[in-house]
Amino acid sequence: MGYSKRFTIFAHIALIGSILIIAFPVIFALIVSTHTFQESFAFPPPFHIGGNIVHNYVAAWNRVDMGRLLFNSSFISVAVSIGKIGLSMLAAFAFTYFGDFRGKYFFFILILITHMLPLPIRIVPTFELMDDFHWINSYYALTIPFFASATGMLLFRQFFLTVPDDLCDAARMDGAGPMKFFWKILVPLSKTNMMALFLIEFIYMWNQYLWPLIVTNTNDMRVVQIGIKMLLAGEEQAAEWNVIMAGTITAMIPPLIILLLMQSSLVKGFVMRQEK
Amino acid sequence: MGSRFPNKILPYVIVAPSVVIVVIFLIVPSIESVYLSLFSVSPFGNKLIFKGFANFITLFRDMEYLNSLSRSLVFTSFIVFVGLAVSLGLAVLANLKLRGAGIYRTALIWPYALSPAVAGTIWALLCDPATGVAVYLVKLITGHTYNWMTSGNLALAIVTLAATWRMLGYNVIFFLAGLQSIPRELLEAAAIDGASPFRRFWKVTFPLLSPITFFLFVMNSLYGFFEVFGLIDVMTQGGPGKATNILVYKLYEDGFVNFRTGFASAQSIVLFVFVAILTIIQFRFAGRRVFYR
Repeated sequence: MGYSKRFTIFAHIALIGSILIIAFPVIFALIVSTHTFQESFAFPPPFHIGGNIVHNYVAAWNRVDMGRLLFNSSFISVAVSIGKIGLSMLAAFAFTYFGDFRGKYFFFILILITHMLPLPIRIVPTFELMDDFHWINSYYALTIPFFASATGMLLFRQFFLTVPDDLCDAARMDGAGPMKFFWKILVPLSKTNMMALFLIEFIYMWNQYLWPLIVTNTNDMRVVQIGIKMLLAGEEQAAEWNVIMAGTITAMIPPLIILLLMQSSLVKGFVMRQEK
Repeated sequence: MGSRFPNKILPYVIVAPSVVIVVIFLIVPSIESVYLSLFSVSPFGNKLIFKGFANFITLFRDMEYLNSLSRSLVFTSFIVFVGLAVSLGLAVLANLKLRGAGIYRTALIWPYALSPAVAGTIWALLCDPATGVAVYLVKLITGHTYNWMTSGNLALAIVTLAATWRMLGYNVIFFLAGLQSIPRELLEAAAIDGASPFRRFWKVTFPLLSPITFFLFVMNSLYGFFEVFGLIDVMTQGGPGKATNILVYKLYEDGFVNFRTGFASAQSIVLFVFVAILTIIQFRFAGRRVFYR
């Protein structure tokens, strides 16, 4: 099915136009992050790269202790992604390979309910719980409450249901127990799904704002999203946009790299499920 | 149904970690939210005073809350309807078999990685009343300068655009995945029957996409209600004059700035009603599908 020449040209123009419009805010932010304070205040605004790039990124880095913020965000994002993958794979394994054990349906619904209870619905009691546990300003508060994942459980359950029974039978014939089958067969087969889930959960966790805002209040436990707010709020008079944008760009680079590296797994993991 | 292991204890052991987390951090606090919504905290300390449904009655008589509710609905509706329509258009374009289609796809989905707070900060720069490029362009075209920091409706419009923009990449990913899973034979059959591309889209593609569309409808609604907190906090803090004070922001202020615990919990319960409705829509129309963030 070829397209007419006119249509092809139209499609290219429409795509390039949309991409430029969508990218424009970030391109402009990048430009501003290379200028001096005075240049960033020019009106009309600057549309070329400036020469102050190193100064701005260093200033943003030092002003909010960016190294620490990046470490905290990376740590909690990786920890939560791995925790969710591990817990949801085990739960999915229980739901697919052990027949109808008593209470199975109840537990299944319990984990699914996670979707109906986003943080704002239980925010005050969950915060008080953190206080009772003495988890305020700790990595525990920033990670453990996020560990359950209905998304992951459903994703892996659906995938496990498509794994041929022969594999399981063969493993049992060889005398392999359930956990050996899980480690040696299911985990290696699930690689694409694990990567897709890692990508989604990493970005989700990296972008968390409200929960870190309320359960941390010391500079060494803050995450990078709150760092952006700190850069913005530090302004007494005119906003120092060049430094703020340097900080903002820094905060968006890690999830962007993860997305670009792993995007194929996302589409594969998802499309594969669609087709089954 | 398939092979299974005869183990009696192991399934409980491996499902336990998930169940423990869900019960401790989700189920119990949610029930406590219901409980707290029936009380208010005494002015002198930690005593809870039973109020029945008084918090809810206060809530629906409070002009500020009703304002917050209606502005949230406008905000979220725009994200859902305009955002999804634009995203679907982009996905259809990116799904064409063109040279460089892979590059186009990547160039459309990357905003998914930006956080609401990052998106908000960048849009605050674009619209800065003194130096913003958007203000400059509007002045070039209309000759007027507008200050969104003093105009409530303009602030709501800008916040809404920023939030919608940030979701485009996410929506395109899922629409693209949906489009790619549509069997080619169906579209070819329709083409052989003489259906025009437009007709093929409306009669074949669009109905087959409906599970994805419903899924995105729910995810965008949840995003509009809950996840935009960071965007509002960096851009407007609910202002000017409460014009962008959407439900989740008001809840945060009442719970964690004004410490009206019972009143905030009542707001949580109202939000839960929204989620419950969305969940019913999801299950009713799209069947049991995977929810994705």
